[in-house]
Amino acid sequence: MPPDLQVSVSPHIRSQETVPRIMWTVAGALVPAGLVGLYVFGWRILVVVSLSVLSCIVTEAASLRARKLPLARLRDGSAVVTGVLLAFVLPPHAAWYVPVVGGMVAIGLAKQLFGGLGHNVFNPALIGRAFLQFAFPLQLNHAEWPYLIRRPLLEIFRGDVASADAIAGATPLAVLKDAPGEVFSGGWSFWDLFSGYMPGCIGETSSVAIILGGALLIALGYVNWRLPVAYLAALVAGVLLFPVAGADGALRAGLPAIFDGTYPWQNLAVHVFSGGLMLGAFFMITDMVTSPMTSRGQVIYGVIGGIMVALIRLYGGYPEGVCYSILIANGFRPMIDRFTMPPRVFGQRDIAAGGTS
Amino acid sequence: MRSFRGGVHPPDMKHLSADAPIEVLAAPEQLVVPLSQHIGAPARPIVQAGDDVRVGQLIGEASGFVSAAVHSPVSGKVKAVTRTRHPLGNTVDALLIENDGQDRMAERVGEDNPNWRDVSPRDIVDTAMKAGIVGMGGATFPTHVKLSPPESKHIDTVILNAAECEPYLTCDYRLLLERTEDVIEGLKLLVRALTPPDAPPNRVSGIIAVEANKKDVFLKLQDMLQDKTNLLARLMPVKYPQGAEKQLIKTVLNREVPPQSQRGLPMDVGVVVQNVGTALALYEAVRFNKPLYERVLTVSGDAIDTPGNLLVRVGTSTEHVLKARGITDSASVVISGGPMMGIALSRLSTPVNKGTSGLLALSSSENWETMPCISCGACVRHCPMQLIPSKFSTLGDVGRYDETEHWNVIDCIECGVCTYVCPSRRPIVQHVKIGKAVVVPLMRARAEELRRQQEKEHG
Repeated sequence: MPPDLQVSVSPHIRSQETVPRIMWTVAGALVPAGLVGLYVFGWRILVVVSLSVLSCIVTEAASLRARKLPLARLRDGSAVVTGVLLAFVLPPHAAWYVPVVGGMVAIGLAKQLFGGLGHNVFNPALIGRAFLQFAFPLQLNHAEWPYLIRRPLLEIFRGDVASADAIAGATPLAVLKDAPGEVFSGGWSFWDLFSGYMPGCIGETSSVAIILGGALLIALGYVNWRLPVAYLAALVAGVLLFPVAGADGALRAGLPAIFDGTYPWQNLAVHVFSGGLMLGAFFMITDMVTSPMTSRGQVIYGVIGGIMVALIRLYGGYPEGVCYSILIANGFRPMIDRFTMPPRVFGQRDIAAGGTS
Repeated sequence: MRSFRGGVHPPDMKHLSADAPIEVLAAPEQLVVPLSQHIGAPARPIVQAGDDVRVGQLIGEASGFVSAAVHSPVSGKVKAVTRTRHPLGNTVDALLIENDGQDRMAERVGEDNPNWRDVSPRDIVDTAMKAGIVGMGGATFPTHVKLSPPESKHIDTVILNAAECEPYLTCDYRLLLERTEDVIEGLKLLVRALTPPDAPPNRVSGIIAVEANKKDVFLKLQDMLQDKTNLLARLMPVKYPQGAEKQLIKTVLNREVPPQSQRGLPMDVGVVVQNVGTALALYEAVRFNKPLYERVLTVSGDAIDTPGNLLVRVGTSTEHVLKARGITDSASVVISGGPMMGIALSRLSTPVNKGTSGLLALSSSENWETMPCISCGACVRHCPMQLIPSKFSTLGDVGRYDETEHWNVIDCIECGVCTYVCPSRRPIVQHVKIGKAVVVPLMRARAEELRRQQEKEHG
């Protein structure tokens, strides 16, 4: 006979799901994209990723200490995920202090100052990235981005972007911005674009690897497929429909060009498969803490983000707009929640339509 | 298979006791029979200390329409009118009865009534009331009230709830397997009780709804109901809480009962839901004049030596039942009911009542550390009522329970799905209970104020 009985409110059993399990799974889902980065940019990216993760962990630990919270909370893995995501949106040849400062801002400013896990309004990794954009513009904006000459697949640890094996070029989006129509003249094929063999940030280049990880998160129910789909679809719609300046400088909407068959489809491919769009669609905008909870809210949120990318890329000063698009969408989240929650309760009748008495 | 939105699939653990035939548990020497074994006013004791009682003798009479009679589960002597603990934690009046072990039956109790098939709908409702029959799935709502819908509600379907979606519980499964015919007779009586006198006999249909993990029972039922025009068995997907009234009706008939905030009841969509045990109790009451003083319950859990299904007299202590199947020292929590909605008992002296569907002893001593809500949306996705459960806990964390009204806290059925899936281990149901306790009086006060104002305006 047991001496003492435990008394608590039902339910008395719990599922196996835990926050650490979610976070470590997300970290695992990022591995394929990281491996492609390793192949394309060389071992240097390991330094950037390690410094970023380490900076996030140390900042998290210091914050927990300052807030008199147990250090055991580090085990939830959320700081690691932020660290990896931050590194993935940095250039492969970033100086050592770039990921270090980025991690401190991401965790210290964007996460802990807002109240820690679950309380941040904006995506920490992207706040880190946005901060670096202004703090170290020369470290983040390059006319030429290095990447390695093709080598056997097994030699992923051999080269480095700083070595003689590296070549350099503008990113596809930058080419698109400055000289539309010449995107594929740089020697890349559509497959390069899709698989990730092109200049860019550490973990952003490979659409196929990111989609693979994203599919895992969707299959596990950590990501609602509607959100990335809404984000990507809104970008495609924006790029196709918004008027853009042609060679003669006159603004032209994409729609007529689609109908008369003169639309430059490779431009659309660059928009979708290069830059940070895929990483943003599957790993950034889908961040649980900063996205709405209802399906309806997530679709609205995704559409806002997608349209922002199109606006920034087509009319803004930067070739890339994923980071800011998601931060702006983050800002819309409370308002989206307000208009989409609480949803209709099961069985709820419209009283005006003569519900039950 | 069609079903409701949301829900979860916890490990069902039914293998522990599903194959154990129902065994009779000998009544203990002393029983404590609560006078509140139902929702509604407590029964009034009509015996005194020193009185001799027989099995099935009325010892507490219903003290209103929404109340239920209580009968002696054994023969012997009333020792005292006392107080005992209800599983919910409050104390209620009870009768302490010393069992003489003779099982002397009260007059007529157990006699086969040869004309039982001819009883009128009115008589069936009457019998349910006299026999003290209540919903035996756990809610313990008096059955005669459910069988007396207002004339404005046209009932067309009785659903016999055999979902038994709570993990571990197998008592309804065993009853359906071992006493199939009697349960069907009980369903027929329920159907007849709800058929208006002037309506054709087939106006009301009876559906036995079974989860797909009890296919053997479904096939047996289907076979036996083949030639019936208004009775049928339905197979439902395995999903918790399939047996919750609103979700059950959605699955079986695709009708949505309005939520609590709109005072919705199954009868608003023409349905009455009854439990398997209740149907059997009604059959035994009508045919054998047997009041409800014993029930089948499941004894299970990893801290029980030999899990099984037992026929137990109400008033038997939890300790007596658990010891009968061997409880190990590793037990850290004892639950009355299932693990999702059952109540963790604080004392093993708590007596079995008419709504006790199971007694579980679990050794799970996992310490669930609560973490902040990461708005992962798991609770939203799985909530069978389409609420935003996380709100209840985040508002509760900062003491803003009054705001849970806006988030429809009173529509929560407390099925526990949100808390089960929460990766941050947040005690959401606990916050819901507090939220309701804060919100309901506020709503009542507001309604009262409105009524007073209207009275003033109209003179």
